[in-house]
Amino acid sequence: MTQAALDIRGLGMVFRRGEAVVEALASVDLAVGDREFVAIVGPSGCGKSTLLKLVTGLRRPTRGTITLHGRPVDGPRSDVGIVFQSPVLLPWRTVLDNVLLPADVLHLPRAQYRDRALELLELVGLGGFAKNYPQELSGGMQQRAAIARALVHDAPLLLMDEPFGALDAMTREQMNIELQRIWAASRKTVVFITHSIAEAVFLADRIVVMSPRPGRVLEVIDNPMPRQRSLDDTLTPEFGEVVRRVRVLLGGQGVAL
Amino acid sequence: MTALRNAGLPLLVFVLIVGTWEAVVRWFEVPTYLVPAPSAVAAAFVNGFARANYLGHAAITGFQAVTGFLAGSALGIAIGVWIVVFPTAERIVYPYVVALQTVPKVAIAPLMIVWFGFGLESKIIIVALVSLFPVLVNVIAGLKAVDQDRLDLMSALSASRWQVLRYLRFPNALPFIFAGLNTAIVFSVIGAIVGEFVGANRGVGFLILQANFSLDIAAAFALFVVLSIMGITLHWILRRIEARVVFWSKAEEHFRA
Repeated sequence: MTQAALDIRGLGMVFRRGEAVVEALASVDLAVGDREFVAIVGPSGCGKSTLLKLVTGLRRPTRGTITLHGRPVDGPRSDVGIVFQSPVLLPWRTVLDNVLLPADVLHLPRAQYRDRALELLELVGLGGFAKNYPQELSGGMQQRAAIARALVHDAPLLLMDEPFGALDAMTREQMNIELQRIWAASRKTVVFITHSIAEAVFLADRIVVMSPRPGRVLEVIDNPMPRQRSLDDTLTPEFGEVVRRVRVLLGGQGVAL
Repeated sequence: MTALRNAGLPLLVFVLIVGTWEAVVRWFEVPTYLVPAPSAVAAAFVNGFARANYLGHAAITGFQAVTGFLAGSALGIAIGVWIVVFPTAERIVYPYVVALQTVPKVAIAPLMIVWFGFGLESKIIIVALVSLFPVLVNVIAGLKAVDQDRLDLMSALSASRWQVLRYLRFPNALPFIFAGLNTAIVFSVIGAIVGEFVGANRGVGFLILQANFSLDIAAAFALFVVLSIMGITLHWILRRIEARVVFWSKAEEHFRA
């Protein structure tokens, strides 16, 4: 591994809801290398999304440290692009203007970033839809636009929180292939959260398997599957073996394949 | 066929009602100073525009209503934004807003005449007061009704409070604001008429009082028709503007007034 893009040490998170104290994350240690694709899998409620919110700086951890590109995370950062579970597009902005939202907020020159946004829309397969409004697009297309938005300000780290969870199985497979292509073309570091083992194995260089709540890292599995991967590769014994290893670790607890 | 039925049925009902009304008035020889026949109302309507300068008076009432509506709405939007952006302002100001809202604005109309005179100003101020509250209440509701996902998106980009207002809260509030404006535009004509009832020597409200004093009930009915046309026109114009501005939403879903 080259220099770590993201370094998480002893990260813990405790929520207080009135009387109840919920420990979401016990102690998470994780290092993600530059341009690496890391998938995090775990059962529902294991604190995957909490972990991601902490990395984005949207929430502050109870203990532990997060270092991103050599600087500690103490609030939201512009060197991160985020794709949420839902596309979160603004219905009053065209697809192009939605992709340009980070440029607007970060005061980047619009004229220059407009060309970049159009290129990104081509990259995610929405070339002809720049002038459309999000509500005119299907769920999968909306999530593609959200990916383009996360890439527009050229942040080196892309955080994805179950981005394809709401899509139907066929669209989801298609989006996995697309994401692999986009990742290869854009050379980003990606942290990808999912509850689908197959999706994690298909996409990631390394798979981080988390325990049920309070979440901690059970094991990090190096994925031996060669790139570029195709859907046919998911039918090979090697692929099945990696999936099996992850599933054994998870003990089959409430995890969708 | 459907279009014909949509337009045809209300028209048929209208003809039936007016026909029955005309027949009843003629058959029972109802005196004109109680209920005039539709034909008498129509005659008074034509006569009013031909000889009694209805158009001029309607223009004055319309001017008062529209000017007061614009002033009141602008003030309502400004106060609403101020209250939501500065939470301290909400704690201090909002109780008074609620208290003032419970005062019937009609009750302070005579005072406005005393303070601002017989002319247009007093009516415009009454209209502004009447229009202010439905807009204000909806602005506050709309600015606050923002999805947490969208707020997270803005936070992740380190958006400032003003950027969140500009890019998210304000556009998000527009459907609510238009719901408030639709209420306010109806109130504005009422406000102008009340102002003219209390003290004026011009306008449709003034003409209605005159018609009542001289027991010219046909003219009073004709003036109701003038008011109704005015109200429908203003409402229609506002709807057209709304359809263009808030193209992504149906205001009915957000009606809060």
